[in-house]
Amino acid sequence: MSNQMEDILRERMAQVEKGGDEKYHAKLKEQNKLFVRDRLKLLFDDEFMLEDGLFANFLAGDLPADGVVTAIGKVNGQTVCVMANDSTVKAGSWGSRTVEKIIRIQETAEKMRVPLIYLVDSAGARITDQLEMFPGRRGAGRIFYNQVKLSGKVPQICILFGPSAAGGAYIPAFCDIVIMVEHNASMYLGSPRMAEMVIGQKVTLEELGGARMHCSVSGCGDVLAANEEEAIQSARKYLSYFPANYTEKPPVTVGMAPNPQAKDISTIVPENQNAPFNMYDFIDALVDEDSFFEIKKLFAQELITGIARLDGKPVGIIANQPRVKGGVLFVDSADKAARFINLCDAYHIPLLFLADVPGFMIGTAVERAGIIRHGAKMISAMSEATVPKISLIVRKAYGAGLYAMAGPAFEPDACLALPGAQIAVMGPEAAVNAVYSNKIQAIEDPQERQAFIMEKRKEYQEDIDLYLLASDLIVDGIVPPANLRQELINRYTVYASKRQIFTDRKHPVYPV
Amino acid sequence: MKQVTATMAGTVIQVLVSAGDNVGAGQDVIVMESMKMEVPLQAEAAGTVKEVKVNIGDFVNEGDIVLVLE
Repeated sequence: MSNQMEDILRERMAQVEKGGDEKYHAKLKEQNKLFVRDRLKLLFDDEFMLEDGLFANFLAGDLPADGVVTAIGKVNGQTVCVMANDSTVKAGSWGSRTVEKIIRIQETAEKMRVPLIYLVDSAGARITDQLEMFPGRRGAGRIFYNQVKLSGKVPQICILFGPSAAGGAYIPAFCDIVIMVEHNASMYLGSPRMAEMVIGQKVTLEELGGARMHCSVSGCGDVLAANEEEAIQSARKYLSYFPANYTEKPPVTVGMAPNPQAKDISTIVPENQNAPFNMYDFIDALVDEDSFFEIKKLFAQELITGIARLDGKPVGIIANQPRVKGGVLFVDSADKAARFINLCDAYHIPLLFLADVPGFMIGTAVERAGIIRHGAKMISAMSEATVPKISLIVRKAYGAGLYAMAGPAFEPDACLALPGAQIAVMGPEAAVNAVYSNKIQAIEDPQERQAFIMEKRKEYQEDIDLYLLASDLIVDGIVPPANLRQELINRYTVYASKRQIFTDRKHPVYPV
Repeated sequence: MKQVTATMAGTVIQVLVSAGDNVGAGQDVIVMESMKMEVPLQAEAAGTVKEVKVNIGDFVNEGDIVLVLE
């Protein structure tokens, strides 16, 4: 091979690696966006990167790599596959080779059994190329088909840097987690312009499909990042809790003591069953320092979901938050829990339920929204999870709340309680009212009436006394708060050998 | 103008501020009772209370405006 040929190759490689026209790079800067190859540098551990299809659509001249970089690199030492849109090339739109490259990197991730990361920043399909990229066997539809097939096999992570429109909006929807960059990321089926033309609605992009809206209202986003660097660091941290694929166990790191500034567990939980407290304080006191990675922090905040480490081992936490909406379960919180439990179970991350739950919400608004159907989703996902699962009654578990938080009937490996915890169909106030309503009404003297109520509440309290429940083997143990962390560490260590096949069938009929 | 809305359906049991008071971001301004739980409502941003729209004992639905700030 002559030096001349090599020179030509190097020159052409350098040309393609520069991406689109200079003016589009300038636009990136204006939008506080990074060039696709700079994003990859931040994502990967080091220089190591294998790229396929660099010369895709080379002969077109103005479509470097056909607007997408597909590569293999390392994240936290683990091999990963990546698809990354280049928005300097025709706004990151998809042509036939773009689609083929995405399909191929998916096939590679499947064969290598390694995580797949989608760095999305794309205007959608190139309408001019639709026949080649839209309807066929290896058209864009195949990308989504592959995503569905890969789900639960290898982790699929999406970072959304810009738009993800129409069909393209389904890439994030099929990923395990979606990290969105505030102000730049958006997701929608029809643009604001289309909304105005077709249904007559005037709306801004931010309202219609902005990152904050999706992370706090629709639930399509899981993590809201302030900028691209933070988004990429989030993805790296998230991956540190996950194995490369479903046949492996999550990575274990060196254990850390909890945050030394954390409050004492026994002082966090108020004795008064009805008073709010902050469940984040409880989590902070329990888990390894700085190990809590929260998922859907801004969405359905009455329930907290996130992965933390206990002595270096990942554990998925589902915790009621009495500080928000009393910790009551709603339509969105049930949906959030179902999804999170499903995620952890797929990749062998044990579950910890921290229950302080008055039950599922009642009233017209939630009944019309199908709270029963959504609650069933949560209970179904929790039942099916075969990873080690511990249910800890922090203060109370009433009604179907007990069931949803992995109560005794749902085969937790242990149902534990802190002293003072209550388990019942409902709390004493509601129960006495329900059972003795007519009698209470019939007592005319207010003092006498109050005395009757107090007496019945006391009787009820005795009926649901925690030691009675422990005596009847309903709870497996009552744990002193100071011993709680060590108790959980010991139990998860022992339960690590757990192997369970839930049942024999094709698949359940999901209550979705 | 900023508003505080009820986060869920329930009954107002405490009104912690009155018109003219200055409140900080995240400060509890109203306490509701719902599902037998005390549910505090916070001001999202700092401001001066312009109007308290509810009284103790009122039933409110999720999304109802309970307080107006300026």
